[in-house]
Amino acid sequence: MRVAVVVFPGTNCELDVAHALRSLGGEAELVWHRETDLAGFDGVVLPGGFAHGDYLRTGAIARFSPVMGEVMRMAEEGRPVLGICNGFQILCESGLLPGALIANRDLAFICRFVELEVVDTGTVLTGAAEVGQRIKIPLNSYEGNWVDPTQSGRIALRYVDDPNGSQGSAAAVANDLGNVVGIMPHPERGTDELLGSVDGRILLEGFLRSLVPA
Amino acid sequence: MRVTVEITRRPEIADPQGTTIERALHDLGHDEVRSVRVDRVFHLEVAGDDPETVKSRVEEMCRQVLANPVLEDFTVEVGR
Repeated sequence: MRVAVVVFPGTNCELDVAHALRSLGGEAELVWHRETDLAGFDGVVLPGGFAHGDYLRTGAIARFSPVMGEVMRMAEEGRPVLGICNGFQILCESGLLPGALIANRDLAFICRFVELEVVDTGTVLTGAAEVGQRIKIPLNSYEGNWVDPTQSGRIALRYVDDPNGSQGSAAAVANDLGNVVGIMPHPERGTDELLGSVDGRILLEGFLRSLVPA
Repeated sequence: MRVTVEITRRPEIADPQGTTIERALHDLGHDEVRSVRVDRVFHLEVAGDDPETVKSRVEEMCRQVLANPVLEDFTVEVGR
């Protein structure tokens, strides 16, 4: 089972994501955003950071990076596609997820642990968790305030105490099929006792478990 | 041709920056301010002779990338 971890110019969480996936038994490979062939990969992660400097809008330039054609293909094939933080923003901009991410309600960069509650286990990120389960992982974002005028998003995880104004207190959102998920907090930063939490493991384990051979 | 693109966030979408500026203006005694919205303006130089063609090309750019259709509307003005 091979997972592509996409690196855009300005991505900065790719090593953390790859390390976390490997520590859970997954096979993760970094893939530059100019790659146009992801054949042989069973899933893909768009990690956090500031792709293309976050210029114009977060994710607005990244969605046109050459690799995104393959990310779209994998999403359409039902393969697991996960966007974390900036990756979530890219998935919204690309239309793979509904809504958009705007500045936090209080216009502050939020950088702290947050508590999440599992709402929906029918997604590739939450499949190993249980409904109602509490998960504590770090949130590190300025544009983390999810809005969805169409009200069509499927909320997978919600903040117990909404920090940023996100609609429905959504912390993670999925498409209808549940194979494309965006999450604003960082599960990879909660996978080792040294980091202060191991709660992110259950999410990434669920993601790895959802992979089927390409 | 010079083209001015104005991208505006739809009224129903919150604009925390605008709200903060509005509050600051009130604090400074400018009580007549009813609302503040912060939007974006792009100035483009576009090759072309026909203003209508240039306008429709730039509108296409707005739909494709300059505006986010989930949140924003746009207006395109072609000058000289």
